[in-house]
Amino acid sequence: MSAASPRFGRRAANAAFLGFCWAATAIALMALVAILWSLVKQGVGGLNLKVFTMSTPAPDSEGGLLNAILGSLMMCVLAMTGAGVVGALAGTWLSEYAKDSRYGKVVRFVNDVLLSAPSILVGLFVYEIMVAPMKGFSGYAGALALALLAVPVIVRTTEDVLRLQPVALREASIALGAPVWRTTLAVIWKSARGGMITGALLAFARISGETAPLLFTALNNQFLNLNLAHPTANLPVVIFNFALSAQDNWRRLAWVGAMLIALAVLAVTIIARLSTREPQRS
Amino acid sequence: MTVQTLEVPDTKILTLPPEDVILQVRNLDFYYGAKQALFSVTAGFKRKAVTALIGPSGCGKSTLLRTLNRMYSLYPGQRAEGQVLLEGEDVLARSVDLAALRARVGMVFQKPTPFPMSIFENVAYGVRLYERLSKADMAQRVEESLRRAALWEEVKDKLKDSGLGLSGGQQQRLCVARAIAVRPEVLLLDEPASALDPISTARLEETISELKADYTVIIVTHNMSQAARLSDHTGFMYLGHMVEFGETDQVFTSPATTRARDYITGRFG
Amino acid sequence: MTAAGLTVERAPRPRARGAVFDRAFEYACFAAATLLLSALGGLIFSLAIGGWPAFAKFGPAFFVRSTWNPVTEVYGASGAIVGTLVSSGLALLLALPLAMGVAIFLVELCPASLRRPIGTAVELLAGIPSIVYGMWGLFVFAPWFGRHIEVPAMTAAPPGSLWETLTTGVPNGTGILAASVILAIMILPFIAATLRELLLAIPPAVRESAYGLGSTRFEVIRKVSLPYVRIGAVGAIMLGLGRALGETMAVTFIIGNAHGFPTSIFASGATIASTIANEFAEATSDMHTAALIALGLVLFVITFAVLALARLMIAREAAR
Repeated sequence: MSAASPRFGRRAANAAFLGFCWAATAIALMALVAILWSLVKQGVGGLNLKVFTMSTPAPDSEGGLLNAILGSLMMCVLAMTGAGVVGALAGTWLSEYAKDSRYGKVVRFVNDVLLSAPSILVGLFVYEIMVAPMKGFSGYAGALALALLAVPVIVRTTEDVLRLQPVALREASIALGAPVWRTTLAVIWKSARGGMITGALLAFARISGETAPLLFTALNNQFLNLNLAHPTANLPVVIFNFALSAQDNWRRLAWVGAMLIALAVLAVTIIARLSTREPQRS
Repeated sequence: MTVQTLEVPDTKILTLPPEDVILQVRNLDFYYGAKQALFSVTAGFKRKAVTALIGPSGCGKSTLLRTLNRMYSLYPGQRAEGQVLLEGEDVLARSVDLAALRARVGMVFQKPTPFPMSIFENVAYGVRLYERLSKADMAQRVEESLRRAALWEEVKDKLKDSGLGLSGGQQQRLCVARAIAVRPEVLLLDEPASALDPISTARLEETISELKADYTVIIVTHNMSQAARLSDHTGFMYLGHMVEFGETDQVFTSPATTRARDYITGRFG
Repeated sequence: MTAAGLTVERAPRPRARGAVFDRAFEYACFAAATLLLSALGGLIFSLAIGGWPAFAKFGPAFFVRSTWNPVTEVYGASGAIVGTLVSSGLALLLALPLAMGVAIFLVELCPASLRRPIGTAVELLAGIPSIVYGMWGLFVFAPWFGRHIEVPAMTAAPPGSLWETLTTGVPNGTGILAASVILAIMILPFIAATLRELLLAIPPAVRESAYGLGSTRFEVIRKVSLPYVRIGAVGAIMLGLGRALGETMAVTFIIGNAHGFPTSIFASGATIASTIANEFAEATSDMHTAALIALGLVLFVITFAVLALARLMIAREAAR
């Protein structure tokens, strides 16, 4: 055996290992294809105009998902508005003011804890502070729970992209006599807006599919309801209830809902990804 | 704290008649935390003239520049002691309105720093902070600033385009236009040409020498021939000390101190 | 301006418009950051208060007992705790090698033109909502899993062996292992994405010098690349584990929702999250609610411990 070519054992180990890497990727891709295929197969059949024009039906009658779609949209938009403001400000504080101060480190750690906290616990928390004292499930409670899930994502991405902005850019604005707040808003945020929007989109994708925190905050509502002070229908919870029911028409609607929500979330994720640069080997 | 060992610096500082001086620095010490970066620096900057600051890397010339518009105040831990007088007013005083000071003392940085907005908005940004101009007046001010920075002809048809789309040299002249649009009294230039190619550098130098009709320009540069070409006065700094400060001709042709002579004739640095 | 264009009129310099807002803006940012802190504080506090009656009534037995009976009002958390730890642990065991394979494939083997589409596809797996994983798991995956994995595994088990003990149950495709497989698919993209970034950050010179010594790809990856990213990999693994521990809907659909101590990996079980999701909205009594919230606090402590442990290990490794 010449010294230049690895011995057979080493070559075989190499081949087996590389084969495993190929196989692992194939498995992951197959899982994605299998899930999307099931969704389309089960979901497309039930897709028709009524899905978007009628509310969730009683057993064995006609209906759609209008109330759930609108409820989800309203809660997500409200949650993102609140979370966007709080998250962007808190992320700005971490990157522009706190830097490496002790309290900054604490807040950064707290944010990591919130980021990894199970979403169902956020639901429990909102139940305790809002639903129980006010004696009623409501869309507002649902939106608060979703906002609490979105905030840490936005804080993290905001801080990360703001830290990437060159110091010179900030100093250039300050050197013109601009106050810090104006520098931050008009120059730094503007320069970082691509990354901040990506962060917001990812947060939106995360909360729009969330079910667990809505189970005991927004609950559900059989009827179309535009007042978030009442229990509010939403896609994830409707899917959950209908999927586990024995009614055929409910199950069919659950698949339609699952397809819609998955496609929406995937579309948002793809848009967010396309707007960021692919990581390259350094 | 690291102790800087320097033999008694033999220094020579030119004293100008007070009425010619717009910005007077006296016995200025500067600290980054515990580390002292400037040692009792004294210099008088002449009104409507170009003063160059030269010296090896780390000699404190950029630090001195950042003291003059209090840029260091952004960073806790950095502090200056001594006297910096702008038209007789103490720049280092706590009560100074920093934003107003910086509007009077403009600055252009080493690397071009165009803001992520249109060319027009880049120039208008600083003006809007202090003045409420009519649309026509603002357009007039932007054009005038771009002309002074010798950029107007190149960008007049694309004022709405992003400032980020310009070449490096154009970006730097945009930054000069942005700084002079605010009509500062003093303009600080921190190695403005170091990131530029020779042609862009030549254009920028032309711009700078035209500016001194209206502005007091203080420029930090690594490039000694640039300092010699552009400036009326030159300050040579070394290890945080102002070693020699005088007429540019004199400093370059017959430096009075050994340090300056060694540096200028290329024996160190 | 004169013809020469050389004189400039300077307006008197008022304070910059809005300069007074500097303080206000900083306070607003500070307040937002502090809001995060109070949210976490409030979360812990409310779980502790809400769960207190259960802790007070059952004492340490709450953590040991496996009975969970809303009718007799006896609640013990150990079944759900074990179910949570076992299903997440198995999920991690399944996901980790696959995630490593995917990350290495994307960095080392993938043709450049496919890198982005495949990378995005793997990340899409992370974007699919968990309720969709749940439905797919219950209606599509479970029947397949029962027929092609559980039944063969049970029939092949030698009588009296540990294998047989571990695989007893109804082979309908739901249960603890099925939940673990779904969880593994869910956390795989998170771990793979982090590992991939770590591998991309290895300086080329490090790998090239190993290749220069005549190593095979496998050897370079095993002896150079993986040790190089060890610290960050701990973080990635813990991130995945944290996700699995708190995952609710997918597990609720497929784990079978049986209280008590799980006896085999094919048996039905329950996790903390699935128990809360199933029962909280319809809790029959105050004590039932309190016990569920107490479970929630236990889950929080577990996920927090995982995060803290990851931080500690990273800090230790980094200090070396």
